[in-house]
Amino acid sequence: MVALAEGEASSLAVREVKKTFAAPDDPLARRQVLDGISFSIAAGELVSLVGPSGCGKSTLLRLIAGLDAADSGDLLIGSDPITGPNAQRGLVFQDPNLFPWLTVRRNIQAGLVARGVLREKKHEVDEFMRLVGLDAFANVYPHHLSGGMAQRAALARALINHPKILLLDEPLGALDAFTRMRMQDEVLRIWQARRTTMLLVTHDIDEAIYMSDRIMIMTPRPGRIERTIPVDLARPRQRDSADFLRLRSDILNYLHFAGGA
Amino acid sequence: MQAQEDLVPVAVLEPPSVLRWRTMLAVPIAAAFALGLHLFVAKNEAPLETHSYRLLFLEVIGVSIVLALLRRFSPGLRRWMANMWPIFTAAILTLCLWDVVTLGFRLLPLPYFPGPAAVLRSLINDRLLLLDSTWHSLALLVSGYTLGVIAGLISGICIGWSNPVRYWGMPILKVVGPIPATAWIPLALVISPSAIVSSAVLIALAVWFPVTMLTASGISNTRASYLDVARTLGAGRAYLIFRVAIPAALPNIFIGLFMGLGASFLTLVVAESVGVKSGLGWYVSWAQGWAEYGKVFAALIIMAAFFSTIMTLLFKVRDRVLVWQKGVIKW
Repeated sequence: MVALAEGEASSLAVREVKKTFAAPDDPLARRQVLDGISFSIAAGELVSLVGPSGCGKSTLLRLIAGLDAADSGDLLIGSDPITGPNAQRGLVFQDPNLFPWLTVRRNIQAGLVARGVLREKKHEVDEFMRLVGLDAFANVYPHHLSGGMAQRAALARALINHPKILLLDEPLGALDAFTRMRMQDEVLRIWQARRTTMLLVTHDIDEAIYMSDRIMIMTPRPGRIERTIPVDLARPRQRDSADFLRLRSDILNYLHFAGGA
Repeated sequence: MQAQEDLVPVAVLEPPSVLRWRTMLAVPIAAAFALGLHLFVAKNEAPLETHSYRLLFLEVIGVSIVLALLRRFSPGLRRWMANMWPIFTAAILTLCLWDVVTLGFRLLPLPYFPGPAAVLRSLINDRLLLLDSTWHSLALLVSGYTLGVIAGLISGICIGWSNPVRYWGMPILKVVGPIPATAWIPLALVISPSAIVSSAVLIALAVWFPVTMLTASGISNTRASYLDVARTLGAGRAYLIFRVAIPAALPNIFIGLFMGLGASFLTLVVAESVGVKSGLGWYVSWAQGWAEYGKVFAALIIMAAFFSTIMTLLFKVRDRVLVWQKGVIKW
């Protein structure tokens, strides 16, 4: 098997993945969080995963990142099984999780330092700071940054390793509506520029429609992917176009139905 | 991208550089008052005994007038004077009170409570021995503290990071740690051939416990998401420990360093007055043996200056290392 060249986007395949956790109220019982999840994402695709909170979206993302192991099933990047976390799969959380003891520049180059390649790739740090518009804030500590800036720095930090797939766990969830819309365009711009495969977890239907090629809808207890909806709208998308709104009400209806109540 | 607009402004509060006349004149006036008061209460004393004390106030008056004249040229000086002069005035008035209580009304028994003039005289007459004692204390303190910090950091990091080490190490830490280091003195004097070496080890022991405790808790409380992020960035174990867990634990580690410093002062003074034949702790008990309480007070003043200087140094180091926390912590 030949490893993909660095920077090349890669496909992701998830097959029959199951995961249980110990129930918090009863240590002997196991709670099924993911029940036979299967899907695949093509190289360079941007796919959203939406669903109510507690349906196992973040758990699934942690499995793909390699931070946790699945009970059964296969997770493949290209044709390589995922065995643990590494720099090929970038992860951005809702909380930017910038290291507060490092300046913006040192945060962004953390991945290069961690892999011991800072010397060869130092020039890329400036490139990525420009990419997210933070070049003027290189020597600022994270507590001086606003939420949007911090999240841009976190994006640059995840991108500097040229991950084959970027996992986004509600990355814009904590931002105000205006910053959020600006950041959606920002992420799309980065995606179009770098063609990184992206898996975006969100609970915002508008965001999912605005950004992704496909939307996977997940239902809770146990977590399953109920439906996958392709978004065949031309980019850049209009948030108020008739097609956009129709797709939006379809998904909302479906979620209401699926939610059962 | 209008990144600048997002920047959260951080207000920096500078003390005003306005220096009021009454603040500026408070120091020379208080000094003149103290001098007059002293001349009155000490009129029966031998003039030679109180000569340096009188000189001190003349110098304070002189220097404060010179600074008052120089203030126009430096806003930094004005700010410093506005900030410090009330404290200096209070200190001078405290000396007055001390003078009145001891020399003036003789409310406190002699020879245990000499007046400020007598203490100043002891300080000046015995300066060489005091300097030498301070030097010995410093050497002992630095060697013991350094040893304790190194040992504490190593054991704290191991206990905080590794579960097996925590399992076996915590009981030892919990049983041995709380014993005051000074309680080991009888044993230490018997075991070690040199009182200096055993005192350094005792100081190290006193420092080791809080540094280990706080380091271990800081390391084990590192936010899991920082470690997760680092792992997805390709970090190995060395990066996770030295570039994530330790920086994240630094605020805690500094609390341990401060607690350890306090414990080291205590242990130093006790060890010096019991076993070691040098240093400020030894000087105090030696002077007490000769009933020279002026020297005891002189040594206490030196100790206060010595210990608070070291404490201030550690604060400066902390401010430097934890600059990224500015605005986050206040202690």
